[in-house]
Amino acid sequence: MIAILDYGAGNLTSVRLAFERIGANAIIVDNADDARAADRIVFPGVGSARSGVDGLAQRGFHTLLKDAAARRTPVLAICLGMQMLFASSEEDDGVQCLDIIPGSVKLFHFPASQRVKVPHMGWNTVALPQQHPLLAGIGQHEAFYFVHSYYAKPDSPEHTLGISDYADFSFCAITGRGSVFGTQFHPERSGDAGLRILQNFTTWDTTSCC
Amino acid sequence: MDYVSIIPCLDMKDGRVVKGVHFVELQDAADPVAAAKAYCASGADELAFLDITATVEKRRTMFDVLQKVSAVVTVPLTVGGGIRRLQDIDDALAAGASAVSISSAAYRDPQFVREAVKTFGAQRICIAIDVDRNDAMPSKREVYIDGGRTPTGKDAVAFAMEMKDTGAGRILPTSKACDGSCGGYDLAVTRAIAEKTGLPVIASGGAGTLEHFYAAATEGKAAALLAASVFHFGTFTVAQVKDYLRGRGVKVR
Repeated sequence: MIAILDYGAGNLTSVRLAFERIGANAIIVDNADDARAADRIVFPGVGSARSGVDGLAQRGFHTLLKDAAARRTPVLAICLGMQMLFASSEEDDGVQCLDIIPGSVKLFHFPASQRVKVPHMGWNTVALPQQHPLLAGIGQHEAFYFVHSYYAKPDSPEHTLGISDYADFSFCAITGRGSVFGTQFHPERSGDAGLRILQNFTTWDTTSCC
Repeated sequence: MDYVSIIPCLDMKDGRVVKGVHFVELQDAADPVAAAKAYCASGADELAFLDITATVEKRRTMFDVLQKVSAVVTVPLTVGGGIRRLQDIDDALAAGASAVSISSAAYRDPQFVREAVKTFGAQRICIAIDVDRNDAMPSKREVYIDGGRTPTGKDAVAFAMEMKDTGAGRILPTSKACDGSCGGYDLAVTRAIAEKTGLPVIASGGAGTLEHFYAAATEGKAAALLAASVFHFGTFTVAQVKDYLRGRGVKVR
C-alpha cells in the first residue's frame, strides 16, 4: 500500500487520483501510525516551508520520513515535499527542514530588468544527468509541470537527478538519495511522462540501492 | 520565451459541455469526461472547466462532474464559475481542481482574493476579467461582471493592477466582443495587462484561426491561450494548434 501524507499542506486529491489512474492502491493518511503500515510513502506539498514543517512535526511525519530514509522505504517527495528533504529553506525567514539530503532551498532571484516571472509556473523541460530507476522510460528534455518560487540546491551533484533552466538559470528539478526521490515539478499534473514516474515508483525496488 | 500553454475550455451547464465536441471518436459529444480525455490525448497543456450557470443549487452537480473529469485529466485543471467563498475553493480543490478562477466576487470583494491567496497560494488563484470596449476608459476597455451582464465603470487594466496587488497569480481577460466570434483575441487588452502587471496572462475569447493563436502568443504577450469553440466544433485539434505554433517558432510542449 502507498500512503500519501496529509499534513495540512494543500489538497491531495489530484495526487490520489493520479495513482488511482495507474491502478495503484494509494490512500491519504493523516497520522504516522497509518503511514507506518505503508510500504511506500508519497510526500506531497503545496504552501510554505514553515507551515509544512510544523504540520509534519504535529503528525509525527518528521520522524517517520527520517526513519523511512534510514530503512530504505521508497519515498516520493513532490514540490514543497521535495524542498523539505533538504537541511534548510530560506523561506519564511529561514526554516530547518528534514536534512535527509544535504543542501538548502533558496528563492529565485532575478534582476528586475529581466522581468522574469516568479513563481516559475508552467511546463518546462528537464535534463537528466544520471540514470535512475524512477526515470526509466523518461527521455532527455521531456516537459513537466512546475509551480514554485523556491528551488533546491543540493550540496553534492550526485543528488541532482534532473536539471531545468528558468530564464537561463539552472536549478535542480529532481533530487534523490537512497530510497528517497523528489521532484520539484508535479508528476500528477505532467501528462504521460509524469504518470510514468508514478508508475515506476509503485514498483521501485530499493533493497539494492545506495 | 517560455512555453506557451494551450488550454481547451469546457463550458459547462447542468453537468454537460454546452457547445458539444465534434470529435468523431466520441460516443457522446457533450460528455465532459470524454471531452477532457480527448483534449489530454491531443496534447492540451491545461484544461479549464467553466460552469457558466453556476448557482448555489447547481454547484453540487458541478463538483460531482468535476471529480469525474479530474480523474481522467493528467494536466492542471482550473475551475471557474460561482467561486465566491473560501469554502468554494476548498470544495473545488477537493474535487481535484488545481486552481480556481474568480470573477465577479473578485470585483465586489478584493479582500476575498487576498484571503484566498493567503490560504491557498497565488498559483491557485486566477482572476477572470470580462471586458468590453469603452473608449472613455484609459485602456479603452471596461470591466463587466455577472457573466458579462453588468458594466462596472472600471478600467480593465487598472482593475488588473489591483488584482496583482491582492497577490493573485494569473489573469484571464475575456473580451465580450470577441468571445464566440472566432474573429481573433483582443490583443490590445491581453498585451496591456501582461505588460503592466507582469503576471502570466491567459488570452481568452475569439480564437478562430491558427494565426489568432500565434498573434496572442507574440503580439498579445499571452503565457497561455484558451479556446472553446474551435476545439468543441473540431475546427482544429490541440495538436494542430501546437504544430502550427511550433512551426512559427513559438515554444510549445
